[in-house]
Amino acid sequence: MTDTLVEARGLTKRFDDLTAVDGIDFDIHQGEAFGFLGPNGAGKTSTMKMITTVSPITEGKLTVFGLDPTTQGRSIRQRIGVVPQEDNLDLELTVSENLYIYGRYHDMSRAEINPRITELLEFAQLSDRRDSTVEPLSGGMKRRLTIARALINDPDLIILDEPTTGLDPQARHLLWDRLYRLKRDGATLIITTHYMDEAEQLCDRLVVMDQGKIVAEGSPRELIEQYAPREVLELRFDDEQRDDAVIKMDGVAARSEVLADRVLLYTDDADDTQRALHDRGVHPEQVLVRRSTLEDVFLRLTGRRLID
Amino acid sequence: MTVLSRSLRVAESEAIAYRRTWRGTVISSFINPILFLAAMGAGLGSLVDSGSGELAVPYLAFVATGLMAASGMQNGATDGSFPVMAGILWRKNFIGAISTPISPSDIIYGRFLWAMLRLTFVLVVFAVIAVLFGAMEIGPALLAVPPAVLTGLGFLTVITSWTVTQKDGLSLSTLFRFAIVPLFLFSGTFFPISQLPGFLQPVAYVTPLFHGVELVRKIALPGVDASVVTSIPMWIHFAYLLTMVAVGLYLSTRLLDKRLRP
Ligand SMILES: Nc1ncnc2c1ncn2[C@@H]1O[C@H](COP(=O)(O)OP(=O)(O)OP(=O)(O)O)[C@@H](O)[C@H]1O
Ligand SMILES: [Mg+2]
Repeated sequence: MTDTLVEARGLTKRFDDLTAVDGIDFDIHQGEAFGFLGPNGAGKTSTMKMITTVSPITEGKLTVFGLDPTTQGRSIRQRIGVVPQEDNLDLELTVSENLYIYGRYHDMSRAEINPRITELLEFAQLSDRRDSTVEPLSGGMKRRLTIARALINDPDLIILDEPTTGLDPQARHLLWDRLYRLKRDGATLIITTHYMDEAEQLCDRLVVMDQGKIVAEGSPRELIEQYAPREVLELRFDDEQRDDAVIKMDGVAARSEVLADRVLLYTDDADDTQRALHDRGVHPEQVLVRRSTLEDVFLRLTGRRLID
Repeated sequence: MTVLSRSLRVAESEAIAYRRTWRGTVISSFINPILFLAAMGAGLGSLVDSGSGELAVPYLAFVATGLMAASGMQNGATDGSFPVMAGILWRKNFIGAISTPISPSDIIYGRFLWAMLRLTFVLVVFAVIAVLFGAMEIGPALLAVPPAVLTGLGFLTVITSWTVTQKDGLSLSTLFRFAIVPLFLFSGTFFPISQLPGFLQPVAYVTPLFHGVELVRKIALPGVDASVVTSIPMWIHFAYLLTMVAVGLYLSTRLLDKRLRP
């Protein structure tokens, strides 16, 4: 056996005449955090559902732990932990009952489950909520509980579908911190996200998906190096000056993107470019220099912004 | 894990959830039998029995047996509709379960086991209340429980298979209004089928609650004559209800799989 946990070749998912996942290839290795980055409808969730064996594959090949999801789904599910995009905690049960039932579904005995619940609630920072119902928990707490629930069976592979969407920054950072710990302890993670910063923070390797296809693959660093020059100038103009400025700026940087509210110039040297702008008589209202991110990669690859 | 042990895990989760919600169901399990037996049996019954007296048994015994089958239907239909839709759409506990080793068919079988237990409990309570009202002796009252439970399981499974094909909860109330309530009223629960207009009697023969009611009466009130029950042999009622269970289980496992794993 190699250390490849998930292998997909030509993996395809169709719903009637809509192709949600369009022949994608990827390998996910033991111990890495692998990201699927893409906008709404890219096919991320459809891919996760095929990996977690809750959606039959339409075409192509997929193995998880070397097992076939079509015929060995149960053996696969025994060894994975799933954090779905949409929370499905049982709101009629308490925090610990939610974990208990999942443990039972995973064939654990009461004696095995109880210490595990204590440990996981500590990890999720929910120990003081053990016997309260789930309903009144905050969004961040629910998400952490969902993660705790996914860990009840000590899974070999953890699949997180947009773990932090809809959370405020503080809740998100707390969650990232928990995911770092899992990574540090050697877990294999699959994470889907809309967020560039999340992918940069958490993923060792990622694929960018758009309209069911993989449009790029690599480490966050590699992707940025390959698809976006080092630095970005973000320029804002008065409405009247903008069109004129866009014409004057033509060719001043390696690449430019004109967005609704600003113009982005991609360059290897922001100072140089700024001087060139000045020489051409371009005077933006506001200039922001930053390092390029996966967001820029995405814009480059698809011509669209990730979140609009 | 075997199918049985997985189904038992699902039944266990139902039991844990029931610990939180049982108070709401107490009304229908305890209070409804009392109200119905008081109004229909004791009240209406005294009128019926003092009338032409066509029934070979006291009206209270007649209606208590009918109500036990109807209670099986009511509870089975309820278990097969709203909690199933909730598992898929609202509470989403089915969605949560299938990312573990549990599969949609385990959910169906586990809920079946749990419903069997709950129906038995509800109907034993009903039987005891009927005894307290003087409708039946304890022996016949308890004999009425298994056929009433079977009636409930028939409705549970068939309605579950229908529910999992429904988009949302709207159609569920329609089901109760246009199917369950008419069945409740016209399946021989409150008056013998022979009292229906002639052209309606064959319709009653093919409806499910009729077979449940007849089976309960033929088992719990043995030797009653044609004023109370039809001459249809018991095995036909059995076969009818068992077929409902078998077809219901077959369809609901397959249809729930389709629904949950698109
Ligand atoms: N059960 C389904 N039936 C029909 N179409 C579906 C179904 N599930 C997903 N789709 C469609 O498949 C496409 C991909 O959806 P998917 O949920 O995989 O995207 P996603 O990348 O997860 O998007 P998001 O970021 O919004 O979660 C979409 O066009 C979606 O409408
Ligand atoms: Mg999604």
